[in-house]
Amino acid sequence: MRVYLDNAATTAMDDRVIEAMLPYMKLHYGNPSSVHSHGRQVRSAIEKARKKVAELLNASPSEIFFTSGGTEADNTAIVCGIATYGIKHAITSPIEHHAVLHTLEECAKKGSVKLSLLDVNTKGEVDLGQLEELLQANPNSLVSLMHANNEIGNINDLMAIGELTRSYGAFFHSDTVQTIGHYVHDLKTLPLDSLVAGGHKFHGPKGSGFLYVKKDRKIHPFIYGGAQERNMRGGTENVIGIVGVAKALEIAYEDMNGHRTHVEALKKRFMGLLKENIPGVEFNGLSADLGKSLYTLLNVSLPPSEENRGMLLFNLDLNGISASGGSACSSGATVGSHVLRALGHDPERESVRFSFSRFNTNEEIDYTVEKLRELYGVSV
Amino acid sequence: MNYPIYLDYNATTPCLPEVVEAMLPFFSQHYGNAASKAHPFGWIAEDAVENAREQVAGLIGAKSKEIVFTSGATEAINLAIKGTFAFFKGEKQHYISCQTEHKAVLDTLEAIEKAGAEVTLLPVDEKGCIDLETLKSHIQEHTKMIALMWANNETGVINPIKDIAKIAKENGIIFFTDAVQAAGKIPVDLAGIHLMALSAHKFYGPKGVGALYIRHNHHLPKPLPILEGGGHEKGFRSGTLNVPGIIGMGRAAEIQSKSMLEDAAKLGILRDILENELLGLEGVYLNGSQENRLPHVSNIAFDGVEGEDLLRSINKKIAVSSGSACTSISPKPSHVLAAMGRNNDLGRASIRFSLGKFTTAEDILQSVNHVKTVLERLRK
Repeated sequence: MRVYLDNAATTAMDDRVIEAMLPYMKLHYGNPSSVHSHGRQVRSAIEKARKKVAELLNASPSEIFFTSGGTEADNTAIVCGIATYGIKHAITSPIEHHAVLHTLEECAKKGSVKLSLLDVNTKGEVDLGQLEELLQANPNSLVSLMHANNEIGNINDLMAIGELTRSYGAFFHSDTVQTIGHYVHDLKTLPLDSLVAGGHKFHGPKGSGFLYVKKDRKIHPFIYGGAQERNMRGGTENVIGIVGVAKALEIAYEDMNGHRTHVEALKKRFMGLLKENIPGVEFNGLSADLGKSLYTLLNVSLPPSEENRGMLLFNLDLNGISASGGSACSSGATVGSHVLRALGHDPERESVRFSFSRFNTNEEIDYTVEKLRELYGVSV
Repeated sequence: MNYPIYLDYNATTPCLPEVVEAMLPFFSQHYGNAASKAHPFGWIAEDAVENAREQVAGLIGAKSKEIVFTSGATEAINLAIKGTFAFFKGEKQHYISCQTEHKAVLDTLEAIEKAGAEVTLLPVDEKGCIDLETLKSHIQEHTKMIALMWANNETGVINPIKDIAKIAKENGIIFFTDAVQAAGKIPVDLAGIHLMALSAHKFYGPKGVGALYIRHNHHLPKPLPILEGGGHEKGFRSGTLNVPGIIGMGRAAEIQSKSMLEDAAKLGILRDILENELLGLEGVYLNGSQENRLPHVSNIAFDGVEGEDLLRSINKKIAVSSGSACTSISPKPSHVLAAMGRNNDLGRASIRFSLGKFTTAEDILQSVNHVKTVLERLRK
């Protein structure tokens, strides 16, 4: 049995998304900037995709910019938000994704902003009081706080953070990579200036995502050359990727509640079985709190064990279970998770991020618990 | 729908069926994140990416570690130029390029110019050629980069790359070349080149993927990353890899390494037929030079007709463009033809014919007839 529980790293594509993309590989291959019919056909597919994405997020098509993925979209919002509005101060948290954290650190290193990191408690929660104090001192700040953490699943209250940042006139960017396609975002009511998506996190293609930038918060382009994306992003459009990302979002919205019910049940089942079967099991961050964490993710902290020390992911893989220690983006590095470190996680314990999708089943959950039980020597 | 005859291969090329075949499994079953190190979904994706890296390296005679995948050539160009500019930050910097470069280069240079760089754009003669003595005369103590394309996207005119490389070497300057239109079409030799931008969709691969060749083992600095995040691509380019796109680029590179000479020979004959037929008509002139030119490109000016009418009428049966697709929505005449001294009217009434793998002799004969009919009608 091969069980894929690393859906926060990337998801399997939905067949319907592949179907939607294929004609743009084989038949409609024009360059969307070309004025002839090869080009126009493809241009119209891109604009239809943009309209679809905008409609689903209750935004305007002119606020949606297709990018090569979440990382580029985060970089664009942050670097260009800072440059466009002459922002000298940025606020984020130490448990953001590296696409945000490293980008802001780089801005700070180059001297374009002073960077303030919010404190997080052992559950990974930020303190909005501290955010307000920082905003009082630096009203023209860029605030970048993710919607949901990719490692521990903690969900931030975008409404509260947004209203707070807005009352100070700060620029509020949110890395929403883990929630787009899994939660409803209503951009007419959400008080944020920019958010991002990566198609491959919701059964769409890799290499394709988008950036939303609020109409009255226009920013400079990041990648220059060519007038694509209304001068916001030079480069021939990744047509198949754009068609795919819109299709994947459409499918996600078709039955989001159904998917949520299914996936949330898997998470509950997994959590319950772990508590029953593995003495000393704990859950990192807020991931055990269903109301405050992603329903797609559970970060499990297992008690110290000689057999599994540093080998747990390897042992899981030998048993056919694919999971991860944290963000895939840094899983090659040996430095460990910056998120768990910030939470003061006990390094003697092994932590594994299990992340689910609508393609997972109860059997896979049961199988995973059974294998964990074997690995932890709990007698059957 | 029925598309017209496609003679706009410089704007984009169809994906080869073999390329689509190679990509498909990486949409469906092999959907892992290439950065996932803990399980086979990740390993399979990573192995395939590394294989593609070798294939792309093979096309240009590089080592695979010298290939950094990007979301396309425009991003690669931005990385080369802005990344170099960032490396030398704080120093006086001078860049030499040319008026006839692609917008991706010109716009990026403009961006660094605004940030404090000095930029010299070399003029060209009426054939679109630069003068090497002029190039030399502009080199200064603080010249950091010579950015000159391998072959022009509008006229197909090939720069004297070997001579430029020699000049760059003698002066200890980084030589960056945009080889988007040359790679996969004609052999390119890396001698003396430090940075080279490539685009998959110009050689029968998918859109949304490209690469920057970054030479190793020399004393000049490598560009700093422009996209921050998880540190993918050895830190040169963060963001989850577009695995299917990269596989597609690799496969296309492998196919074109083998077939480009044969393609070029065939297309040279067809192009010459087209060109000679058209140049035989009254008031029809060649833009550029018949020597040192890509074998599949011909850019032709038509006297006595209005540019927009001409393009629209020709496009009814032949998909062609009046210049770069990236700027084709702009009503201005091509900056390339303007730099070559073409007056506005002739510049606007110029058509770029670019042939490719699937162009047939029948296509060419029909195209010649169609252009003749259009000319007669419009000149009445």
